[in-house]
Amino acid sequence: MNKKKPLSNRIRESQLFWPIVALIILFVVDAIFSPGFFKIGILDGHLYGNIINILNNSAPLMLVAMGMTLVIATEGVDLSVGGVIAISAAMGTVLINPALGNELITNDILAANTTNTPLWLVVIANLTAGTLCGVWNGMLVSRGKIQPMVATLILMVAGRGIAQLITNGQIMTVYYRPYWWFGNGFILGLPVSFYIVAIVFILGWLITRKTSIGLFIEAVGVNDKATYYSGISEKNVKLFAYTFCGFCSSIAGLILSSYIHGCDANNIGLSYELDAILAVVIGGTLMSGGRFSLLASMIGAFLIWTFTITMYAFGVPANALLAGRAILVLVVIILYSDYSRKLLNRLFDRKGRKHGAAS
Amino acid sequence: MMANNHQNVIEMKGISKSFPGVQALDKVDFSLRCGEIHALVGENGAGKSTLIKVMTGVEKQDEGSYQFRGKEVSIRSPLHAQELGISPVYQEINLCSFLSVAENILLGREPKKFAGIDFKAMNQRAEEILSELDVSIDVTQPLGSYSTALQQITAIARALEVSSAKVLILDEPTSSLDANETTKLFRVMRKLQENGVAIIFITHFIDQVYEISDRITVLRNGALVGNYDTSDISRFELITKMIGRNLEDFDEMSTIKLEAGKNIKEEPLLNTEQLSLSGSIKPFDLELHEGEVVGFAGLLGSGRTEVARLLFGVDQPDSGKYYFGGEEINNFSPLLSIERGIGLCPEDRKNLGIAGDLTVRENIILAIQARLGWFKYLSSSKQYEIADEYIELLNISTPSADQPVKNLSGGNQQKVILARWLATNPRLLIMDEPTRGIDIGAKAEIQKLVLLLAEQGKACVFISSELEEVLRTSHRVVVLRDKEMITEFSGEVGERKIMEAIAGTD
Amino acid sequence: MAQRVKSFIVNNAPLLVTIIIFVIVYFIGGQLYPVMKKPQVFFNLFINNASLLIISIGLTLVIISKGIDLSVAGIIALTSAASAALLQAGMSPWVVLPLMLLMGTTLGLIMGSIIHYFKVEPFIVTLMGLWFARGMAYIITLTSLTISDDVYRFLALTKIPIPGFEKAYLYIPSLIGPVLLLIVFYISKYTRFGRTIYAIGNNEQSAELMGLPVARTKIIVYTFGGFCSALGGIVFSISLLSGYGGYANSMELDAISSVVIGGTLLTGGAGNVIGTLFGVLINGTIVSILQFNGTLSSWWTRIGVGALTLIFLGIQSLINLKKRNV
Repeated sequence: MNKKKPLSNRIRESQLFWPIVALIILFVVDAIFSPGFFKIGILDGHLYGNIINILNNSAPLMLVAMGMTLVIATEGVDLSVGGVIAISAAMGTVLINPALGNELITNDILAANTTNTPLWLVVIANLTAGTLCGVWNGMLVSRGKIQPMVATLILMVAGRGIAQLITNGQIMTVYYRPYWWFGNGFILGLPVSFYIVAIVFILGWLITRKTSIGLFIEAVGVNDKATYYSGISEKNVKLFAYTFCGFCSSIAGLILSSYIHGCDANNIGLSYELDAILAVVIGGTLMSGGRFSLLASMIGAFLIWTFTITMYAFGVPANALLAGRAILVLVVIILYSDYSRKLLNRLFDRKGRKHGAAS
Repeated sequence: MMANNHQNVIEMKGISKSFPGVQALDKVDFSLRCGEIHALVGENGAGKSTLIKVMTGVEKQDEGSYQFRGKEVSIRSPLHAQELGISPVYQEINLCSFLSVAENILLGREPKKFAGIDFKAMNQRAEEILSELDVSIDVTQPLGSYSTALQQITAIARALEVSSAKVLILDEPTSSLDANETTKLFRVMRKLQENGVAIIFITHFIDQVYEISDRITVLRNGALVGNYDTSDISRFELITKMIGRNLEDFDEMSTIKLEAGKNIKEEPLLNTEQLSLSGSIKPFDLELHEGEVVGFAGLLGSGRTEVARLLFGVDQPDSGKYYFGGEEINNFSPLLSIERGIGLCPEDRKNLGIAGDLTVRENIILAIQARLGWFKYLSSSKQYEIADEYIELLNISTPSADQPVKNLSGGNQQKVILARWLATNPRLLIMDEPTRGIDIGAKAEIQKLVLLLAEQGKACVFISSELEEVLRTSHRVVVLRDKEMITEFSGEVGERKIMEAIAGTD
Repeated sequence: MAQRVKSFIVNNAPLLVTIIIFVIVYFIGGQLYPVMKKPQVFFNLFINNASLLIISIGLTLVIISKGIDLSVAGIIALTSAASAALLQAGMSPWVVLPLMLLMGTTLGLIMGSIIHYFKVEPFIVTLMGLWFARGMAYIITLTSLTISDDVYRFLALTKIPIPGFEKAYLYIPSLIGPVLLLIVFYISKYTRFGRTIYAIGNNEQSAELMGLPVARTKIIVYTFGGFCSALGGIVFSISLLSGYGGYANSMELDAISSVVIGGTLLTGGAGNVIGTLFGVLINGTIVSILQFNGTLSSWWTRIGVGALTLIFLGIQSLINLKKRNV
């Protein structure tokens, strides 16, 4: 009894619809008012141009947005992602530092193109640090029964402090060239970060759509008690969501620190939590939990950076960007708030059937 | 306990109210006399809360007249009702536990002096109001530091103060009170009665109905069964009105034969020895056999759901033994129960049963998927296959398997939940009020289904407030009363006998 | 009499705990660094944390009403930048000051209205407020602007000696916080408006059913929050004598931590501004201790404050769990 809905309906009701529409509108505006926006050239054997810029810059945000999506889908939120980025990046860069453990530090040692620890170990340390932070958050929420906003506030406040602890208060600079590859390298003309995001996205997609975890996350977000009665451990589902978010944040930390060749624990990943939440909201995943779409959140992140670069292209000074983003949020809020309510009402009338309030 | 005069404070005639898919009230009459305590009883789904909502202005009736103190009124809002003098006090105490008693009573209308609140005057007034109820406590202490009973009394005090209430509606006020506190509350109610306040007392404790009320109105399935003077109706008759057939019919039918079980297994699938959870259910022995339907009969609050929760592992027992398939069980959780082959359709369909925003298909496969775990994900085609199978089997009315469950009618939602459990192929299925809030046709289908399941060799527990249903679908009936399993009936037994057991007049 | 003392202690337990913690931390500081025992160090707490105290007071009311306001630090930055720019352009400080307050109040009003009427989460709306405010500050100026106005300089540099303590002094702006504290304390405890805030924080639906003016109260709470943020911004710009969009970075977190450590439940319905004062003082004391140490830098504050906040939140969570089980 599965009448396949007409394709047009399915497109319209897909979660991807509005984010893509918004993106297209933005592209149209760019095309009209900023000629040359979409120009792509080749330099030093790789592509460059606004779009490439957007791709490269939005990569870390896309990653964090993916992690945040799962957390928000379980009716939670993770405010600590910025702090987790700092911790992961700190962990990685500290291990690289050739001066680590040395008594005598000279400029030559510091600036040498060597690493104290093999690169693969650095990456693993980076990822482990961030993932453990995710586990910490997940335990507080699922076992400690602390409100997500409150639980993740802790790491948000203390996270950068911990990162500073790891780097001993120093701003780390990395001279080891291979490390720069993650944020600055190119494969087949496209930025390495693009491939990293693609891999993580595929991983995320496989986990959430090819196993039952995605269904469980949505079920927990919609009604966690009914989910418990159906035999699902909502505790573990939530734990997974936060762990995945920590994992994504750690990769973002890797890319970011690679991009800037170092780690400034005070500033790296600054305000990422806000951007990530915005990306998820733009992507149509409701803050109240339930249905989610990793792809939609990625598009949301991409949209944010397209908006940013568009602003640059229009000559809007970088400093004005913050205010511009705020306007973006305002628009999104109104779109999703009143709009969704009216749409819901229209659907209500069309269907006519609803579970009535029994006395 | 006499009514002061015969003028009716509230006179409602022919009140009907429907919601999409459900007729909550069907031409109900209700009258309330000055200075009387009037009990409103009926099982879940009877229409009590809807009637109160209409009375207090939360909902507007579709048809019928509503007179307050002799004049026709049209209540615009809860605030309007309060201004008229109709004050509800709900089960959950909607006050601020961090503010003082006096502040709670006078919140929003505190006596002022200068630029701020006159605390002295406020505390004095609060003490005055409470003393009218024969209660004297330190009104400057935070509300949360007092017992539930006193918090309730504070809520009542506020209701009185706010509207100088003529009508006080108490919705299940004694649910979280012990015997002492209930006595306290009743004393307050009698004092109010002396002062001319009319009280509507909603409760499922029949004993209390007899202890304190002057008259009783019985609702059932949205219709008025009747109203009676408390002194004129026996417990047994009252319960018959609430859940049984007409008294006259009893004398006509001698006995009802319970279903003869053909394939009931000898060995019990599940049995308990003095299993109990303090505060929830007293120790009970129960045996469930494959191929048999055991019905639970009893009123709301008798402990039926509590037993179901223990059997399914939502609650942990604190004494007694639990055996499944001959083995003693010490670990309880819904997942473990599902793995053993037990399923539960919970009573609270909306909050514990359906995941409203998820589709029919997703709701149906949820429990099987839980058992399969995180990694063995049912393929899309398999999911649709299972969903379609049960949509057809249970005759679930839905445009497609991708319809969000919240858009379905109550009956179909219940079927989806049933489908969820049937899909796990359980050995024991517990159904708590599966036919509540469902139209007649669907009710019959579900009852037939239960018997079919037993025939297929499953053990079933069927819990319902409708005694008729329980008798029609069960091989054996267990009677519960006041959180205790009282007795069991099987073979040929009369409905009357069961009613007597429930009423406690055997 | 003993009964009254006992019930006072029980009812104000969170506040008393916070005060005790402050005393302990301060005492530890005094033991570690004897120079901390000088009275001026105590008064410095009020000087250095003047703007934090002011914004935390406004934030306390918002949190009691079960909301949150993340825009506080942004409005400080905006106020500082706007003030600096206007003063440099020649506007009189007597016009600038009320104008800034008006601006903050308006922002608060807008946010409060969106929160209540559009029913959007306070978290998101005030987040937007934060960005917008900082963004506008950056539009006004990319670098920090100096304030050389005489009135401002007067306010910044005039020392007010404290009677009874030799060599101890306060600046005029530092007095604003305590005064505001007393006013807000009175309002929250002794006016209907204040009690309504608590009722809303306890259970908004019940408050509506009780006939309380919920909409009006909620919007006023956020409006007042905006006012406090602007006031804090004025104090901030006086103490730094400059304005810049990057100022008060993450101060909203310090403010939230102060409120929570002060005993106000993040879930709303309980708490008071006196506790917030001590939360701010504890924050400030930890910073002072680290400054006297000299080797550990500011990030230890973050960890310390974070840990304290965690402990308090944990306790609050336990209390909430207990209440639900009753």
